[in-house]
Amino acid sequence: MPAAALSLQAGLGLQPSGRAGVAFKPASSGSFAAAGRELRELLEISSAEFKTKLEELDDSYGYHWVLLTDPDLDELVTAVHILNQTLEEKGYGAQLLCSMFAFKSSEGKALDLVYLYKRGTFYPFAPLGGERRDNELELQVRGALGSELPVEPDLTRWFPLHGAPL
Amino acid sequence: MATNRFPADNGLTARMTFTMFLLGLVYVVFIGVLIAIGVSYLIIILLAGGFLFAQYYFSDKIALASMRAKEVSSQEAPRLHALIDRLCALADMPKPRVAIANSPMPNAFAAGRNQSASVVCATTGLMDRLDDSELEGVLAHELSHIAHRDVMVMTIASFIGMLTGLITRFAFYGGMFGGFGGGDDDDGGTPAILLIVLASIVAYAVSFLLIRALSRYRELSADRSAAILTGRPSSLASALVKVSGDMARIPTRDLRAAEPLNALFFSPAVSKGFSLSSIFTTHPSLERRLEQLTAIEDRMGAGA
Repeated sequence: MPAAALSLQAGLGLQPSGRAGVAFKPASSGSFAAAGRELRELLEISSAEFKTKLEELDDSYGYHWVLLTDPDLDELVTAVHILNQTLEEKGYGAQLLCSMFAFKSSEGKALDLVYLYKRGTFYPFAPLGGERRDNELELQVRGALGSELPVEPDLTRWFPLHGAPL
Repeated sequence: MATNRFPADNGLTARMTFTMFLLGLVYVVFIGVLIAIGVSYLIIILLAGGFLFAQYYFSDKIALASMRAKEVSSQEAPRLHALIDRLCALADMPKPRVAIANSPMPNAFAAGRNQSASVVCATTGLMDRLDDSELEGVLAHELSHIAHRDVMVMTIASFIGMLTGLITRFAFYGGMFGGFGGGDDDDGGTPAILLIVLASIVAYAVSFLLIRALSRYRELSADRSAAILTGRPSSLASALVKVSGDMARIPTRDLRAAEPLNALFFSPAVSKGFSLSSIFTTHPSLERRLEQLTAIEDRMGAGA
């Protein structure tokens, strides 16, 4: 991931914005409280270990987001990784939707790298206003990433995440 | 080709020459077999040659007529003309005539036997769908077909292919109706006819495949030249994806809405192997074309 960030920076002028998110579906209303408690404990441990700042929120699709803020990309990536891993260990693997890393260009264009947990692949998502996306930038990003990251080869799986709370 | 700035593509030229060589070899061997057997093929060659020459000579008019395209002036289509003006100046080549076909299908083509008698045509569907830099990429692709004299290359290649095809049929019917030699020559007649049929079928099949291979090389070569000329491989990539209906493959449905419905989400990304259908198509797969453009983009980014 740090190597990929360097490629994006060098090739397309995209800087990591220091924000990442992990989205998952709360299992069911019954076990949600327990899961939430466990998650909070986990987050407390994580934030004690790292300087990464954490927030939680629910989006309109009913997904729960853990938002991570850390200007140090290495730490951010590690924190996201640990969060994913712990959620999986606790049995929430099937509920994990994706992780996102936010990037920004100097002109203010947004680009997110979406990590599909279940497929182990990344894809670019460049939101424009009004639920549109910048396919050209996305394809450029795919080119720039090259072999740095496993980019999702099936374009039909490059689902947008408009209004993601990153 | 040396008169313009479309960069030469040595690897591709070598492969192309090899293909042309194989194509010629097939032709020569085939004709050799026919001569050895003593078949008169002059009429067929004249017929096929005349037909192909007409196709070559009038290729621009035939293409425009078949697409019902109309030539447009720079007042009628200022955007298209401006893009082509700029590209021709960049490539240092004479400006072809410009035409528009009224069709919702995004498409573009170039036709014409040489640089001064050529035409570039875009459909209205293409112009509606693409932004300026994408349209520029597609036009650069078509212009490089003209610069590389692809119409001539493909006409010559298909002339040879067509010839073998025609002779196949001729030999086959000739064999069926006993048109060769005396019917009472039991020792030589039947095996000779079988040999002709077999040889021509093989010749036809091989030339068929080679022409398609050649066409795919030409497309990749045009993509490459267009990418380098415009300096924006990703614009052409983006246009290709849109034109191939593949931009539609990049979904608009939100991941969070799609996920519960997507039962196959666990399936691993399957790597595609060599597919037989890729031998038969005249255009390289979109993946292959994007791969090449991605590689060019990479090289440009690296400043190499």
